[in-house]
Amino acid sequence: MEALLPKVRPVPAASERNAADVTALVVAHASVNAEYRHLVLHAPDPAPRAVAGQFFHLECPQTDRDKPFLRRPMSVYKADPRAGQVEFLYKVAGVGTRGLATLACGHTLRMLGPLGIGFSLARDWRGIVVLARGVGLATLAPLAEMAAARGIGVSAVLSARGPAQLMSVARFTQIGARVDTVFDSDGSSAPDNVEAIMRRLVDGGRADAFFTCGSNRLMLLLQRLGRELSVPGQVAMEQQMACGLGMCFCCVRNFKVANAVISRRVCWEGPVFDLDEALSW
Amino acid sequence: MVDLRVKIGALSLANPVMPASGTFADGLAQIVPFERLGALVAKTVTAELRSGNPTPRVAEVEQGMLNSIGIPSKGVAHFIATTLPFYRRFKSPLVVSISAPSADAFADLAAQFNLPGIAAIEANISCPNIEEGGKAFAMSPRATDAVVARLRAVTGMPLWVKLTPNTSDVASVARAAANAGADALVVANTILAMSIDIETFKPRLGNIVGGLSGPAVKPIVVRMTYQCAKAVDIPVIGCGGISSAEDAIEYMLAGASAVQVGTATFLRPQAMLDVIEGIAAFCARKGIAKVSALTGAVGDADMAIDALEAVP
Ligand SMILES: Cc1cc2nc3c(=O)[nH]c(=O)nc-3n(C[C@H](O)[C@H](O)[C@H](O)COP(=O)(O)OP(=O)(O)OC[C@H]3O[C@@H](n4cnc5c(N)ncnc54)[C@H](O)[C@@H]3O)c2cc1C
Ligand SMILES: Cc1cc2nc3c(=O)[nH]c(=O)nc-3n(C[C@H](O)[C@H](O)[C@H](O)COP(=O)(O)O)c2cc1C
Ligand code: FES
Repeated sequence: MEALLPKVRPVPAASERNAADVTALVVAHASVNAEYRHLVLHAPDPAPRAVAGQFFHLECPQTDRDKPFLRRPMSVYKADPRAGQVEFLYKVAGVGTRGLATLACGHTLRMLGPLGIGFSLARDWRGIVVLARGVGLATLAPLAEMAAARGIGVSAVLSARGPAQLMSVARFTQIGARVDTVFDSDGSSAPDNVEAIMRRLVDGGRADAFFTCGSNRLMLLLQRLGRELSVPGQVAMEQQMACGLGMCFCCVRNFKVANAVISRRVCWEGPVFDLDEALSW
Repeated sequence: MVDLRVKIGALSLANPVMPASGTFADGLAQIVPFERLGALVAKTVTAELRSGNPTPRVAEVEQGMLNSIGIPSKGVAHFIATTLPFYRRFKSPLVVSISAPSADAFADLAAQFNLPGIAAIEANISCPNIEEGGKAFAMSPRATDAVVARLRAVTGMPLWVKLTPNTSDVASVARAAANAGADALVVANTILAMSIDIETFKPRLGNIVGGLSGPAVKPIVVRMTYQCAKAVDIPVIGCGGISSAEDAIEYMLAGASAVQVGTATFLRPQAMLDVIEGIAAFCARKGIAKVSALTGAVGDADMAIDALEAVP
């Protein structure tokens, strides 16, 4: 098995990347629940060619109240080259995302991308397990579709505060994923229970690789299990960004590689990294 | 057709617009054809390996950003093996920015860049000088004189000296650099600043303080450019908050021969191209044949600065 695939994957040079700063048109924008919004844009090439795990740097609109200065990074939630569309799922968190939330159909948005290195799937994997919570869903939903399109079975464990906060279950069930939902409200999202579910999936032969995103706690859980059970994995990370293009070195995180701690840029060497090398944040 | 060429000492640039060190790298080549830039300015390199500062390294403020990147550096060998060959592929002149903790270390580093394919050295003397208790070289005329004289002795390359705005008398620092042999000045680096999250009571940068850049600094650095250009005979390159052709033209009128664009590229990756096109359009509209005619053309002949206003 190509267990070491993500580690040996070289970081593509600038000449092998295809980001552009494009003007996209809002075609749909709606609330998913009290916190999250779903934004659908019609965007010119190369934006709709983004792959799972990549992101865009969005120029969030200014409002009377909020004047975001820098752009904000958002994972691609869906990209469809045939329809020429790119979608985002985001949480209204502060100045930038509040500005984003004011976009209405017919408005335009400048966005830079696709940026970063997305998830990679080894050819001989038969099943992957994704563990997602909160915004992690936005990043991992397109991964599930990418895996399904390559004939790789997907098992998804989706975690949320309660059933009302759960999103995107249909994105997973539509591709035939096996879905487990766990909640804070009934205690099922407790680490012990999530770990037990994970172990069952590994025992059932469904976990050639683990994937997660967003939560430090879930990342550490998967890392520990991955080491114990020899399951490789990938994690999509976040960090404050300025340029999104590998120029400013604002967005670094630390990784442990061959007993040395090194820093890597989330926007350039990531945002998807080898699970085993990730350090707690 | 407007003639966009400018001269920085012996070096000719196809146009007066170039990136600011630390805000530019290979990643931008996806979006900006580097051949169209007046020059390419690499991220500051140090002799030693450096990892930089703790995160968060960036915080946004009104009309600007604070950064506390530090100078993460993979050292000279990596720069010469990897960064240099990349930039050499483009015909625009390459400016290598260097930094070191003492005048001797600066000279040792500069001596390693007497290499083909490098058009100029930019000495980032806004960094701490261990011989002065960690105060930046460019805070004092004396330390500036010492480091620039050492650099001049070891390099025949065009030597640009990048000043810090964190000094009370930038004109004296500019004169010290020019007298010690600098071929041009870059005015200026970031302004030391701080921001606190009032909800958590925590400083918003992992390093507590950091450098302010972006539109917020522009009026301050335009003033410094004006003072430096009056104080010295060598070219001054303006840098601070430039995001449009209008900003660049204002710097040139204040005395800049060329400009560097930094933070604006983070907001609009094509910003430098827009500045170049906008300057050409402005000159065409004004009937100005050569962009170099803008340098120092501010209409201040019959005006004077009140001594009280000028006290730093
Ligand atoms: C590669 C990448 C992909 C992302 N994808 C998504 C996504 O699909 N959906 C989504 O809702 N969010 C996503 N984020 C996080 C999103 O960028 C931040 O929530 C957003 O920038 C907050 O901006 P704001 O101005 O609204 O809030 P702010 O007022 O700036 O911050 C609100 C809170 O979010 C934190 N924050 C700010 N910027 C970031 C950042 N870049 N990364 C992590 N935390 C941050 C702040 O520290 C603060 O606690 C992603 C981040 C990265 C780096
Ligand atoms: C993220 C960041 C990194 C920087 N790194 C360097 C550097 O390595 N060397 C240097 O001389 N200046 C550095 N600077 C300062 C810029 O070159 C420039 O002087 C300053 O940002 C003001 O210009 P601006 O307002 O156009 O950004 C950096 C600035 C930023 C924002
Ligand atoms: S955001 Fe600038 S290097 Fe990653």
